Amino acid sequence: MSRISVTVDGTTYEDDVEPRLLLVHYLRDRLGLTGTPVGCDTGNCGACTVDVSGASVKSCSMLAVQADGAEVTTIQGLAADGRWHPLQRAFHEEHGLQCGYCTPGMILAARDLLRANPHPTAEEVRHGLEGNLCRCTGYQNIVRAVLAAADAGAGTGADSGADTGGEAAI
Amino acid sequence: MIPAAFDYVRPESVGEAVGALAGAEAAGSEAKVLAGGQSLLPLLRMRLAFPDLVVDVGRIPGLRGVRDDGDALLIGAMTTHHEVVADPLVRRHAGLLAAATATVADPAVRHLGTLGGSLAHADPAADLPAVALALDAELTAVGPRGRRTVPAREFFTDYLTTALEPGELLTGIRVPKYDGWGFRYEKFSRTAQAWALVGVAAAVRCAGGRIAEARIGLTSMGPTPVRAAAVEAALAGAQAAEEPVAEAASAAAEGTRPAADLSGSAAYRAHLARVLTRRAVLAAAGPA
Ligand SMILES: Cc1cc2nc3c(=O)[nH]c(=O)nc-3n(C[C@H](O)[C@H](O)[C@H](O)COP(=O)(O)OP(=O)(O)OC[C@H]3O[C@@H](n4cnc5c(N)ncnc54)[C@H](O)[C@@H]3O)c2cc1C
Ligand code: FES
Ligand code: FES
Repeated sequence: MSRISVTVDGTTYEDDVEPRLLLVHYLRDRLGLTGTPVGCDTGNCGACTVDVSGASVKSCSMLAVQADGAEVTTIQGLAADGRWHPLQRAFHEEHGLQCGYCTPGMILAARDLLRANPHPTAEEVRHGLEGNLCRCTGYQNIVRAVLAAADAGAGTGADSGADTGGEAAI
Repeated sequence: MIPAAFDYVRPESVGEAVGALAGAEAAGSEAKVLAGGQSLLPLLRMRLAFPDLVVDVGRIPGLRGVRDDGDALLIGAMTTHHEVVADPLVRRHAGLLAAATATVADPAVRHLGTLGGSLAHADPAADLPAVALALDAELTAVGPRGRRTVPAREFFTDYLTTALEPGELLTGIRVPKYDGWGFRYEKFSRTAQAWALVGVAAAVRCAGGRIAEARIGLTSMGPTPVRAAAVEAALAGAQAAEEPVAEAASAAAEGTRPAADLSGSAAYRAHLARVLTRRAVLAAAGPA
């Protein structure tokens, strides 16, 4: 067992974990944060993408012990004060999801992209989301949603951005 | 898929890491170095690797970052792909490495995966071994018997096999500065985020409309990365124009042993090598 201390969505946890425990299993099975799904389990689909200390990573491809001391943000930590993150709102409004399985990873990857490039072109959005697969939408509305979120200021300033309403459903 | 159980240590210095590896060897148990985990974690999960001990070197200070060393850059083994792509020194003096690294996987994998991990893993389909070979990089390793430097030409010995000995840690990569050279990494893959079916890393120095010197590394054209030596020889002194370059590039598959697999036959890979070499050299020799 290894002792780790991780802050997830603003709450700090101290836990003894087996070194082989994957970060995604730690989030889902130990902390009960099932908003982060496992898709392929091979590092290819990006469904499990979370933010670790300011960078998107695939949580199925990282050990929980590697996240010791880190600050993790999952899809469940994006809404603030009962308000959706602009990306959540844009995915909702632009119909950027169908089954929704890829959505948490898409949104965390898009958040990473917009942080580095607040006003990307459609081409840059496609390139930036290369590691995230969607089996439903055909990507068009996902790209549209990310561009709409960028217009709403998702990549600039605080995460709560220019959001103007909407209930946090998750 | 859950990895088999292993013990885990996170040493804080190279010496401590080498000690942990040596301790495991003395005890007759298997140890694996963990860098970014982007190749090792899949292996652990599929239980293709099941070490007794994992030595996480990801946080050793001093193994990360890029330093100017006069006529070369010193890149710490734990420098992530993301950091390599963004690094101003790499972009300025070793543009080929930055360009090729930008094609590796996707942003999330690049945030964790490291240059040293990619070279130590030595996947013949990986992009960076061919680049290290083309740029005549030197790799520094530290082991129980001290420090040594291995030229890239001697580093990649077989499929997933390098000159690193058990217990040795790759600590850094020395890349000569290629100021004034043109470069291009041509990568052919079937889908956006896929591995190279074939990749061609080209660095070209031109003088007065002629190619003075060319260095070309091939990805996925055999069990190890290879230099397209025949093409390099044919290009020396050639005019930097379509026809002579195409003529030289027709030798790109000479002496290679490309695999045949689900993604393509050996003949198809040979064809790709010729086409991509022509494109890469022309782009590298073209106006910057
Ligand atoms: C979805 C996906 C797509 C990918 N696509 C590409 C691609 O297109 N092109 C490409 O080139 N790569 C690709 N990769 C691989 C990626 O580049 C890996 O990051 C890299 O191969 C390994 O680096 P790492 O730091 O993660 O090493 P790890 O996975 O931690 O280690 C890899 C191996 O090297 C050994 N090792 C690591 N560091 C050292 C060291 N300092 N000294 C001694 N031994 C060491 C480890 O023991 C292990 O055996 C992809 C990976 C994924 C998951
Ligand atoms: S579940 Fe992690 S990348 Fe698919
Ligand atoms: S919405 Fe179903 S996988 Fe993307």
